[in-house]
Amino acid sequence: MSDKSNASMRTPLGQVRHFGSARSGTKHAWRMRVTSIALLPLTLAFVWFVLTVVGKDYAAVRAAIANPVWSIVLLLFLGAGVYHMMLGMQTIIEDYVHGEISRTWLLMANMFFSAVIGLALVYAVLRIGFA
Amino acid sequence: MADPNLDTLAQAARRPLSPHLQVYRPMLTMMMSITHRITGAGLYLGTILLAWWLIAAASGEAAFATAHWFMGTIIGRLILFGFTWALFTHLLGGIRHMIQDTGRGMEHPQREYLAHMVCWGGLALTILAWIAAYTMR
Repeated sequence: MSDKSNASMRTPLGQVRHFGSARSGTKHAWRMRVTSIALLPLTLAFVWFVLTVVGKDYAAVRAAIANPVWSIVLLLFLGAGVYHMMLGMQTIIEDYVHGEISRTWLLMANMFFSAVIGLALVYAVLRIGFA
Repeated sequence: MADPNLDTLAQAARRPLSPHLQVYRPMLTMMMSITHRITGAGLYLGTILLAWWLIAAASGEAAFATAHWFMGTIIGRLILFGFTWALFTHLLGGIRHMIQDTGRGMEHPQREYLAHMVCWGGLALTILAWIAAYTMR
């Protein structure tokens, strides 16, 4: 390990290099890109869905969501979207929040928020679909 | 001289760093870069609105009417317009990032074209979608 009082010009990365890989270097970036690609057509489909239900009454909106094709498109969009936004917010927190305690709490809050909102969105679609 | 009360990371943070954002003249490419982040964060919060709408539709006619009423108010429409703009701008920003991930579009005129594409394309698609929404309903 490096000396605690060592104020050398070596970067933290330089000091830990060759100590072994955490084996997760590109996982985050790769998942960001996979969800991005998935979200390209899914977002356009979602916009199209919204345009078809704009101004429609309660029964018509429910019927549209319950349509199996739209249910599946919405579930895919919401799943990929929530996972993508969780990864993105994680990057924002890691970039701007430097306090170890506050960063840890915010990273947890990000996962909890994403889990709650993701479950709520998916449950609502399934509930309408199976009604 | 090293301060023994600071840990290694805090020491590292005291090393001279390269000039940061506040000393650069704002340029379109960097403005669109931060816009990508801001719209992403906006969409993150926007999911609350989407969840409200979907849960209301799943709950019953009264809850749906309340959500529908709010989104029809001026403030509701402004929020939805901002949501639409964030969605399209972030979508185009993502395409820009994917193109640049392949190493293309980094040179001088191309990277400016891409930034313009995100900026004006996002606005244009937003306006088109709202025109479509008002004519289709």
